[in-house]
Amino acid sequence: MSIRRPAPDLIQPKTFKFSTINLIQIEKILKKYPHDKKSSAVLPLLDLAQRQNDNWLPLAAIKIVANTLEMPMVKVLEVSTFYNMYNLSPVGKNLLQVCTTTPCWLRGSDEIYEACKEKLGIDFGGTTKDKDFTLIEVECLGACSNAPIVQINDDYYEDLDEISITSIIDKLKKNIQPQTGPQSERTGSEPLNTKRR
Amino acid sequence: MINLTVDGIEVKLPEGSTVMQACESVNAEIPIFCFHERLSIAGNCRMCLVEIAGSPKPIASCAFPIAEGMEVITTSKKVKDAREGVMEFLLINHPLDCPICDQGGECDLQDQALYYGRGMSRYSEDKRAVDDKPFGPLIKTAMTRCIHCTRCVRFMDEVAGVHELGAIGRGEDMEIISVAESGLGGELSGNIIDLCPVGALTSAPYAFTARPWELKHTNSIDVLDAIGSSIRIDSKDEKVMRILPRLNEEVNEEWLGDKSRFACDGLANQRLDSPYRKNSKGKLEKCNWDEAFDTIFKKITKFKNNEIAALAIGNSCIESMVTLKDLMSGLNVSNLDSRSELSSLPIKASERCGWLFNPKISGIEKFDSLTIIGSNPRYEAPILESRIRKAWLNSDMSIGRIGGDCMLSYPLIELGSKTSIFDDLLNNSHSYNKVLEASSRPGFIIGEGVINRKDGYGIIGKIRKIAEKYNAFNEEWNGLGFLHTSAGTVGALEVGFVPGNKGKNTTEIINSAHKGKIKFVWLLNTDDCDLDAFSNSFIVYQGHHGDKAAEIADVILPGRAYTEKEATYVNTEGRVQRTQQAVQSPGDSKEDWKIVRAFSSILGKPLPYNNISELRNRIEKINPYLTVENYVINGCLSNIGDPDLKISNHDINPLDINYYMTCPISRFSETMAKCSMQSKKNGKKN
Repeated sequence: MSIRRPAPDLIQPKTFKFSTINLIQIEKILKKYPHDKKSSAVLPLLDLAQRQNDNWLPLAAIKIVANTLEMPMVKVLEVSTFYNMYNLSPVGKNLLQVCTTTPCWLRGSDEIYEACKEKLGIDFGGTTKDKDFTLIEVECLGACSNAPIVQINDDYYEDLDEISITSIIDKLKKNIQPQTGPQSERTGSEPLNTKRR
Repeated sequence: MINLTVDGIEVKLPEGSTVMQACESVNAEIPIFCFHERLSIAGNCRMCLVEIAGSPKPIASCAFPIAEGMEVITTSKKVKDAREGVMEFLLINHPLDCPICDQGGECDLQDQALYYGRGMSRYSEDKRAVDDKPFGPLIKTAMTRCIHCTRCVRFMDEVAGVHELGAIGRGEDMEIISVAESGLGGELSGNIIDLCPVGALTSAPYAFTARPWELKHTNSIDVLDAIGSSIRIDSKDEKVMRILPRLNEEVNEEWLGDKSRFACDGLANQRLDSPYRKNSKGKLEKCNWDEAFDTIFKKITKFKNNEIAALAIGNSCIESMVTLKDLMSGLNVSNLDSRSELSSLPIKASERCGWLFNPKISGIEKFDSLTIIGSNPRYEAPILESRIRKAWLNSDMSIGRIGGDCMLSYPLIELGSKTSIFDDLLNNSHSYNKVLEASSRPGFIIGEGVINRKDGYGIIGKIRKIAEKYNAFNEEWNGLGFLHTSAGTVGALEVGFVPGNKGKNTTEIINSAHKGKIKFVWLLNTDDCDLDAFSNSFIVYQGHHGDKAAEIADVILPGRAYTEKEATYVNTEGRVQRTQQAVQSPGDSKEDWKIVRAFSSILGKPLPYNNISELRNRIEKINPYLTVENYVINGCLSNIGDPDLKISNHDINPLDINYYMTCPISRFSETMAKCSMQSKKNGKKN
């Protein structure tokens, strides 16, 4: 796991503004919490900001979230540096999160990693030149029964092998949405060798 | 009540208590790092692990509530192992650079590693290193030593109310950072040095100057503001090395303002170490005491008694003011005053509720509404500010402010700065009336922004009327708190260093001096009045620093600073406290009351006291309680102010002061100069 710190000043945008749609969304989110406990909404708001800003959180957005929730900026910074799902520097259009924790590793995550590396020409932490792909290593994604797993943006791709991950990347390159979930014949996490009746 | 046992001893504690409190009640020692009585519970250092019978894992006692029939064990092998384990983990990334660490000798980690750690390290891998952070001129950081107890973060958030510190990252990568660009804000930041259990945050001005075991400790009282915080003066080789707060629940709890803590280097600069007098060329030159007294004698005997005046305060002690007052009454001089220009403070002892902080400092926690009028507690008394914040956090009281725009550490109902508001409040025609009506113990803090006004007497009268209307000015509850800025103010009024019969007050003295009618003036620690007025008068300056007044004086009598004498002060709430001598004073300087006493014999009218106990007997005659340490003088109710006086429509504004430079000591402190520059950079209002 890499050290989580805000991106260098050079690439930090000066300003950030929530879009109108997101402002409406924020109002909806805030309604879920008591008036004087606005700060409860910090996670969903940071997520909204990240989605609006090409999947990463600049300091300007952190400040805006802090202002919106009447929180000190440093408290929001604490939250955003704590959770791995917030990207603090720019990432590619497709964020490949390869799980390498023990169950995935036993089921061949090393091969998945090698395949990604070869296909994209980048290592963990790298972004392709066309900014289409970023490859990162993550800890357990919690779907061990379908190991090995790669999470790409919001979707899980499970029961992977070298061939299936290569074809997923190929499709993403062509802007085709690959089929999410298990890449094997099963649809859930039922035992693999039992035939469905 | 809940019954449980700790190490076999039965304990009864109220529901909601923690296991740690149970352990403390039977003196079972629990090692701690992150826990602090006055901060919220974090439970992240894990050092306080204890065993509970039936529980498979040890629990963090600081955060665990007690339950009926619980059996707590603090002495088992399991607990010992757990502590050793936690200590080993804490030491993994701790640099063990104790020989070059300023915390050495007073370090919680050092002490607890000795008592609760394994004797040896098993760790041979690389250690983590962390960049130091810019925490400003007061705090030196060595973040590699940080053990992430987050006490500093919690202190700044909860007590100081400055949300600038945070812990970013997680796990091994966690770091304490400040988002303030140039140093920490707030006036209480120095306290995080005391709170830090390791050497990550240490005092920058004190860095590498002494080891704790070389220091002489003297318990004393701070006089750089009117609060009179309890302090401990640490000195070495007759030099004040540092000043630390001392626990005093009634006054400063265990905190101390940055000025009181760090201005001590000013005690060594620009000191008056010998008497001076002006020579024929008009230049000050060193002389001995006899020559200085001789010069004064020749002058003072030349003038009529109404041409002579004496002004005091700053941080004048009671002893010196009584002696000077007696000297002046021996000369039939009644032009004495200790109050600022335009001050509308009463002078009769029967009206002392007009100068005391009547609800007391700890009484702030009883307020259920507070109105701050013409005061800025943040700069005038940061300790008081933290009390208000504490009261607000615990009770959600509403706080209104009349005059001033400085950011304070709690939300304010801004009531503007117009003087018409007092009539509105009296006529029930202001929305703030509802707030006052709803509260049963309203408090009012009246600052020098109101006191030092031409029409202050009228405003104070109106505030008294408002207080009477809302039951805040009666035998049961007196909510009027006068907040002063100088340590000497209340003491001076208590001993009656005020105009005598037909005597002139400060304003009149200054006006007459401008007209050349005051030909001789004795300034006792007085640097902050209109000194130009005395350009044609003969000036005797008695004080400890060569500040503004010493520059224009004709004779300088070098006195002592508060760390060099045993002297009595009365704080803003009327608490009688005494400083203790920690170090010798420089050169030829003498205790202030002795200077005046010595001069009285030159005059041929020796004052009737030869030693401090005889002087104290004399003070006892003024008010017997003025010699009782820690006694709090109470004011009985009296009709202070004059509500019918016409008040002008000038806006109410608190004093415009630079917190870091309010007295000669802080003005000559290098550290305070750095702070002052930093706060200018950060913008004054934040």
